Amino acid sequence: MNSSTVIFYILAALILGGGIMAVTARKIFRSAIYLLFSLIGIAALYFWMNIEFIAAVQIVVYVGGIVVLIIFSIFLTHDSGGEMPEPNLTRALFAAFATCFACALTILYISKQAFIATQNVTIEPNVKNIGRQMLSTTDHGFMLPFEVVSMLLLAALVGSIVIALKTKPSPSNLPEGDALEAEKK
Amino acid sequence: MNGNFYIALIPLLPLATFVLLGLFGRKYLSSISGIIGTLSLLISTLISITTAYNYFLVDGKVNGVYQKIIAFNFTWLQFSPNVSIDLGAILDPISVMMLVVVTFVSLMVHIFSLGYMKGEERFATYYAFLSLFTFSMLGLVLSTNIFQIYMFWELVGVSSFLLIGYYFEKPSAVAASKKAFIVTRFADLGFLIGILILAFNAETLDFGTLIERLTNPASPYLINATTLSFFGMSALTWGLVMVFLGGAGKSAMFPFHIWLPDAMEGPTPVSALIHAATMVVAGVYLVARLFPIYSFDVTALHVVMYVGAFSALLAAVIACTQTDIKRVLAYSTMSQIGYMMFSLGVSSYGGENGLGYMASMFHLFTHAFFKSLLFLGAGAVIHLVHSNEMKDMGGLRKLMPITHITFLIACLAIAGIPPFAGFFSKEEILLAAFHSNKLIYGVALFTSGLTAFYMFRLYFTIFWSKPSYANASDGRESHAHAEHGEGTSTMKIPLIILGACAILAGFFPIASLVTSDGAALETHIDIVFSIAPVLLAIGGILLAMNLYKSENDKPQKLAISLGGFYTAAHKKFYMDEMYLFITKNIIFNIIGKTAAWIDKNIVDGFMNFLAGFTALISELIKGLQSGKLQQYAIYFFVGVIGFMLLFIYIWA
Amino acid sequence: MNEIGLTHILFVSTILFFIGVYGFLTRRNMISMLMSIELILNSVNINFVAFNKYLYADKLDGTFFTIFIITIAAAEASVAIAIIIHLYRNLKSVDIDDADMMKF
Repeated sequence: MNSSTVIFYILAALILGGGIMAVTARKIFRSAIYLLFSLIGIAALYFWMNIEFIAAVQIVVYVGGIVVLIIFSIFLTHDSGGEMPEPNLTRALFAAFATCFACALTILYISKQAFIATQNVTIEPNVKNIGRQMLSTTDHGFMLPFEVVSMLLLAALVGSIVIALKTKPSPSNLPEGDALEAEKK
Repeated sequence: MNGNFYIALIPLLPLATFVLLGLFGRKYLSSISGIIGTLSLLISTLISITTAYNYFLVDGKVNGVYQKIIAFNFTWLQFSPNVSIDLGAILDPISVMMLVVVTFVSLMVHIFSLGYMKGEERFATYYAFLSLFTFSMLGLVLSTNIFQIYMFWELVGVSSFLLIGYYFEKPSAVAASKKAFIVTRFADLGFLIGILILAFNAETLDFGTLIERLTNPASPYLINATTLSFFGMSALTWGLVMVFLGGAGKSAMFPFHIWLPDAMEGPTPVSALIHAATMVVAGVYLVARLFPIYSFDVTALHVVMYVGAFSALLAAVIACTQTDIKRVLAYSTMSQIGYMMFSLGVSSYGGENGLGYMASMFHLFTHAFFKSLLFLGAGAVIHLVHSNEMKDMGGLRKLMPITHITFLIACLAIAGIPPFAGFFSKEEILLAAFHSNKLIYGVALFTSGLTAFYMFRLYFTIFWSKPSYANASDGRESHAHAEHGEGTSTMKIPLIILGACAILAGFFPIASLVTSDGAALETHIDIVFSIAPVLLAIGGILLAMNLYKSENDKPQKLAISLGGFYTAAHKKFYMDEMYLFITKNIIFNIIGKTAAWIDKNIVDGFMNFLAGFTALISELIKGLQSGKLQQYAIYFFVGVIGFMLLFIYIWA
Repeated sequence: MNEIGLTHILFVSTILFFIGVYGFLTRRNMISMLMSIELILNSVNINFVAFNKYLYADKLDGTFFTIFIITIAAAEASVAIAIIIHLYRNLKSVDIDDADMMKF
């Protein structure tokens, strides 16, 4: 058992523990923080796999973007210290049973599977190679999806603003400043 | 005369008038709509008179025989290379004669209506309907094929329906228009079946081809049609009888006559035009149009003959007892059409034997004039008295001299007194009947006496009877009539013109013009033969004079002495009640109720069951659509697991 | 179990995936559900990267897919939060069971 293995297990424990806590914590703010740990763990796993670019993107987008967004929305809609309602017990039991069953099934299936790695020359997944292929317009380039995704992001931005806009003077509890902040998101 | 498209103008002008007045009449042209209608019809009339002149005197005759001329023919719907529905115009003696009669009488009615209908709120609509009717009737007359005649036949029925129901505020008018429509529609069903039978056997719709194929003894079509038998009669006979059924419906022959008296709810000029002179003779025209075929089929011809004769007699008897003057005239119309029908029935094709055909057409021609005159005269009387009932009238001869004289002329004409028009045509009919069937001749003779009696009963009751109209009625009403007297000149002029026609039409040399085979027919009035009918007519007139010239109680005594027969005739031999009984008790109660039960319980029941079942199921499963996102997610998740198992362990 | 290979990473991602599913099915708070979805997406990302790394090292496609998924997840999160805030304004609640207007 070498250090790499040990690190992997630690990371796996971080990821899964964070995940479990994120979906079971009673306080939503804590739940968000556990999610943050889980996501950091995933980023670390990418580092462990030597794919630094994705790890960086993971940290920047998820940790720096989405989790912050979620925390902001929690502030907008909750008292930060409030407990969340208990889940419906039968539903929770059923969901636990079903997910455990499916999980076991999948793991069984994976463990039976013999994966065969390619013998071709490998490409280093560094930023240079990723950037060249992504922006190339030749056969294996990803120029078009890149552009399409940028359009999608723009549309999502406009869409969120439109959806969250105050369309009518509703008797909202939100203070004016918070509403404006929500619209900025 | 081929390609004479100007003939199309005769029906198309009224059609244009109908469209114009129907669309814009009430709003923009209300005051001048009558003038527009009359002028356009005047042009039509002039064209048709020109056509008649050209046809009869200039170029219709080839080798002494009048030809059938197709003025134009336009293929409208092509079904197969052999069968198509065409729209065209045919010119032959009867269609040309009818053209003149229809346009002329229609013109008179248009002019008369200018005065009679003045001040009506829906004046323009009235003229629009009149134009529609004129168009349809002219189209019917000019039809080159049996399907075209059917279309115009129905159009005529529609315009008749519209005009009878013109006063739609009156429930009785609405009921009458419905009755007319339903009864004639019912008969038209027979007509349609007849058309189908004939067209199926002859494989054509065109009159010329149809007649040629079904009259040539060597033609395979005729052999086929006569050998095909159904209930003991050949297919040809069935077809002809069915076509005659349609004609009987339109011409108010027994047993489809019940709509005609009720149709008198329409404005009186309409009655004059549609229900006396033109539309009701469409049935006669139809039989005449197909006469070559009829003349080869004795059974069908006998049906025509007996129905015609019976209708003539029945209507004449009923007419003697009615008190509504328009109803008397309606029954008289029915009786006269009966004459035309049986006259066709006793006739045969060509030569001397075609006398009945010629007589029928001759009577149609003269009858159109004197009967429309009678109706217009009655219209003038009603216009003055504001009532249709005889008891409200009497002593009107001083108040309305022109109406009086013209009405008298018309009565003499219909009674068959020489030298008025009716005498000549009726003589020919009687002669034809005498040569063919003595029983029919007897019926006809008796009916002719009755005709004279009831017409003069009408005449004396209206114009004599009471010493003076003003004395007999209360002061308010006499004041009312004093205001407008006999009516405007537009009402008098048609009366005078038609009066002149009623005198002179008998001298029209129709025998040499309109015959079954187109060749001129030598006719002569046999003085000895004429004695009996004329004497009978005079007897009828004298009897009527005796009973009705001055007010007395003789009619009542006579009615009482006749007892049940009088009551039965007065109630129109309970025909209406019988129809009501059949429809209400048999059709409505037995057939209708059963059908309604089936519809309600079985058809609706099945549908209700389907609906109820669907509703039940949806009620059961609608809980699935709870709107709760997580439930949906669970269903989805379970489904995914299911597919996973399926793919891994079963389909792998 | 000497060498940490693809299978182990797939086990981690599988378990993470079902943790996300469990959270999605049980959490009634809409923001929590959104977090569960993020977990699911991340487990998928791990898979893509791991497959790329261990099986198809001659290509970069898995990496690209991961990048696009991250982008789209960001877009999705922003729209979802906009919707949640809008619902919160109307319902005064972020409980998913209160948003059942689209039922039968």
